[in-house]
Amino acid sequence: MSDDTLTIDEIVENFEFLGDWEERFTYVLDLGKRLPEMDEDDMVEANRVHGCQATVYFKPTVIDADPPVIHFDATADAHIVSGLIAILLTMYNDRTAEQILAVEAEPLFEKMGLEEHLSPTRRNGLHAMIKRIRAIAAHVLAGDLPQQEATP
Amino acid sequence: MMEYDVPTQADNAILTFDVVNVRAAFPILHQQVHGKPLAYLDSAATSQKPTCVIEAIDDYYRRYNSNVHRGVHKLAEEATHEYEQARVKIARFIGSPSHTQIVYTRGTTESINLVASAWGDANVGEGDEVLVTHMEHHSNIVPWQMLCKRTGATLVVAPIDKTGTLVMDAFERQLTERTKVVAVAHVSNALGTINPIERIIELAHGVGAVVVVDGAQAVPHMQVNVEALDADFYAFSGHKMCGPTGIGVLYGKADRLEAMGPYQGGGDMIKSVTFKHTEYNDVPYRFEAGTPNIVGGIGLGVAVDYLTGVGMDKIAAYEHELLEYGTAALQQIDGLRLIGTADRKAGVLSFVLDGIHPYDMAPILDRQGVAVRTGHHCAQPVMDFFGVPATARASLAFYNTRAEIDQLFVALKKAKEMLA
Repeated sequence: MSDDTLTIDEIVENFEFLGDWEERFTYVLDLGKRLPEMDEDDMVEANRVHGCQATVYFKPTVIDADPPVIHFDATADAHIVSGLIAILLTMYNDRTAEQILAVEAEPLFEKMGLEEHLSPTRRNGLHAMIKRIRAIAAHVLAGDLPQQEATP
Repeated sequence: MMEYDVPTQADNAILTFDVVNVRAAFPILHQQVHGKPLAYLDSAATSQKPTCVIEAIDDYYRRYNSNVHRGVHKLAEEATHEYEQARVKIARFIGSPSHTQIVYTRGTTESINLVASAWGDANVGEGDEVLVTHMEHHSNIVPWQMLCKRTGATLVVAPIDKTGTLVMDAFERQLTERTKVVAVAHVSNALGTINPIERIIELAHGVGAVVVVDGAQAVPHMQVNVEALDADFYAFSGHKMCGPTGIGVLYGKADRLEAMGPYQGGGDMIKSVTFKHTEYNDVPYRFEAGTPNIVGGIGLGVAVDYLTGVGMDKIAAYEHELLEYGTAALQQIDGLRLIGTADRKAGVLSFVLDGIHPYDMAPILDRQGVAVRTGHHCAQPVMDFFGVPATARASLAFYNTRAEIDQLFVALKKAKEMLA
């Protein structure tokens, strides 16, 4: 994240201060604007998340450290989806597999009043992305570092 | 009411159509969503249901639920009678010469798949061509692609122009003696274009092709007469015309249906069965294996009665004026681009806003009580043609009002403001 000072707890807290849906919606849009731009070279079919109304690209990279950490790059053409991705990455980005598996996205999204966006019927790719993040973490934890992973 | 610059607006139909009375028949319309009055502008996805249809469904399950074509007891007789009477009403509604030419299906999609399988497999072969248009719904593309894959035939696509109108010269040139099927929408779901279906059928018949019409977006909005059109097959869905979901119709010319083998095997589609041989039932039952959607058929019959009572010509005239009003309204929004501007259109307003993704727009409209569809509308080739990932689509029905279009207008202004 470009704004490293913002933790997920702070984001959740900020949501608690926000009033009506309009303020919350605008805040999600703002978070989306902070999402770092994805390298154009990575915005390719192989990294495309399908089944979305928006065009979403998602690329995980396992960084060889001890223990390894997992880095995610992602972007969307719809601002609301970018905002949701930004929240997601605040939870999961550059964490170890163990840390990733310890985070449950659903209750946090619920606290922010955004749980509806996680529903598979929303077709915004978030649901698929979370499943994918957890699957990669599970692989890493099991010691079988994934090769070039297929997209979620 | 807002003041838009509505061209050549003769609002005779709007002034004479008793929309207040019509709306009184649709309980679902009278509610608030997110604290705002509901403006349901998504009838191309599915229409709402009048009380008479809802009550017919209730009445069936409370009073005479029973399987059809089987029992000889009182309930079974009444269920069979009502279910078959509905078939007669539907036949009359679309100008089918006989109720035996009305095949009940699950909907337009199944109707088209039925033709592609039962007729297509027997009549289409290697070197043959299936001609579709660039504006088709996936359900009028994929079944034909599958047929082509099975048989070695080729799928040919007739082009559209920038307004979303079928290019008739090109279409005519693409028709050859190799063309076995022309599969075309009467009205485009994503663009609203009304195709010159009579001319298309005439031209197709000129080369001996069979014409399969996707009428899902036409039958709910205009008087359709399948015999006058001379369509070989005509498919439509109950749920888009005030009927229940899960029921649809395939109309076919009598000789075409007669010559077709079955679609699925099972009960009710047979005359006699031994382990060596099965004698298939007569048309249309040959194509209706298993216990059908009985209450769906009955409900659709009631919907047809209801639409007839309101009057299809009145509905068409009213919706046309509403479309003109809506078109004028949307054109006043800076940066709004209408997708689909054919001369002859049904009540579909597909659009994009400059620099705004439809997915971002949708929740804002929803919060303003406005229900529209966003996405590719199961017509990805149309989206590709216009170079957009998706559109927002407001689709009109005869129970909509100018006030609801005003509500959409205000909501769009709000979306622009928030997403600027």
